[in-house]
Amino acid sequence: MSNVITWVPACKLDDIEQEGAIRFDHAGRTYAVYRGPDDSVYCTAGLCTHEAIHLADGLVMDFEVECPKHSGAFDYRTGEALRLPACENLKTYPAEIVDGEVRVALD
Amino acid sequence: MNGIVIIGAGESGTRAAFALRESGFTGSVTLVGTEPHLPYERPPLSKPLNGAVQMKPICGAEALQAAGIDYLQGVSALSLDPDTRSVAFSDGRTLTYDKLLLATGARPRRLTCPGAERALDFRTYADAATIFSSADPGKSISIIGGGLIGMELAAVLRGKGITVSVIEMAAKPLGRAVPPRFAAKLHARHQDEGVAFHLGQGMAAITDDAVLLADGSAVPADIVVAAIGVLPDVALAEAAGLATGNGVLTDSFLRTSDPNIFAAGDCAAVAQPGGGYIRFESWRNARSQAETAARNMVGGKEAFGAIPWFWTDQYDLGLQVAGLPQPEHQSVIRQLDGGELEFYLDDGRLLAAAGLGSCNSVARDIKLAEMLIAAGINPDPAALADPGVNLKALLKNARAA
Repeated sequence: MSNVITWVPACKLDDIEQEGAIRFDHAGRTYAVYRGPDDSVYCTAGLCTHEAIHLADGLVMDFEVECPKHSGAFDYRTGEALRLPACENLKTYPAEIVDGEVRVALD
Repeated sequence: MNGIVIIGAGESGTRAAFALRESGFTGSVTLVGTEPHLPYERPPLSKPLNGAVQMKPICGAEALQAAGIDYLQGVSALSLDPDTRSVAFSDGRTLTYDKLLLATGARPRRLTCPGAERALDFRTYADAATIFSSADPGKSISIIGGGLIGMELAAVLRGKGITVSVIEMAAKPLGRAVPPRFAAKLHARHQDEGVAFHLGQGMAAITDDAVLLADGSAVPADIVVAAIGVLPDVALAEAAGLATGNGVLTDSFLRTSDPNIFAAGDCAAVAQPGGGYIRFESWRNARSQAETAARNMVGGKEAFGAIPWFWTDQYDLGLQVAGLPQPEHQSVIRQLDGGELEFYLDDGRLLAAAGLGSCNSVARDIKLAEMLIAAGINPDPAALADPGVNLKALLKNARAA
């Protein structure tokens, strides 16, 4: 009931730089959508778990995104916090590419 | 086994306490702070949420306990004896140590003119609470000092509909830490927002309702804040006979003139490879020096060499600076959508970079620039100037070369 998953179109794959991220706002919440170095796509909560900073402004290298303010880092595939001051993991959401469109499954 | 004592529970001291545990140190760790709070972050103090000052703890009491860190809150170190390796505290206790870290930070420089006692400091949670609780719309506030702290405060207060004036001795604001190009842009933005600047002016006195300038004019002020910089807190070190200058002097391993005492953060003046000592006042420096000092206190031999980096947010503009830009550097500008980067080269070598744009829009490029600086490369200035050239590609090429 409370976990009804809705697939939501987020952007075109080409809207995201390879090894990059963009911010995606939906239904009053903010997310980050990533394109990995191998063109795979991922989605996480948009704000760093340390302070409310948009992660999509941060540097993406390989499968890691770094907070643009305090250099906390996460593996955006799993949401795992990799580097202080981030210590709480990021929530992740399924993401996939359908006909060049990236869609994400939000709860 | 007496363990390690850390004097100062700001960003640096607190980070060091945890870094000791991360290094595998199992002896006792005692963290001593003067303020009556859990260790808290200072950057949020200039960014009140809904009018209330943010108290953002660096860590909770549980985290300190879980890490086995003894935290003494509201306690000051009174004297330090390197011969007996002991410290006497304001609550009457004396602790002995194997290694000691001085993370005493810095304290605001005080004005000396008549009426100076009316000027509020802006450093601690209590300072911020005092300023923001009295800064109501319709009031006027005069900020003495046009440095980073003064200008950040001006931006926040203008956002609250307060009349703000900035009084600065120098001819321009932000002259110390910010490259001139971006200092001018921030200055212009403050003027657009209605901040009144009184530049190149000394102060004569502070009265009950105004600041009197050297030229005899009066700047109305219900509230006066002194933001004229900080002085490293070296009193304890000095009295203990440690070498001090503009800070507690350390070697490149962050060790003071006493081999059992280290220093980190705002209070530490660190020996540079080219001679002289440098002291940085920034959030990241406080943390990275703490980590190096912690590892060296438990047997490491790691020279501190992090590239200086800081940010400042004013209105919706975010500035980030990596490295130490110098006037004699060759400047290369890159225009971005809604922002600008400036790279600083010396004899072809990239040594520093700065960027100004909306919010955190330059953060990614400045981070890449920092990695390019660390890689020690001589990039093609034309590539740096060209917004079509991805800095990440430059970095990857440099690393592959």
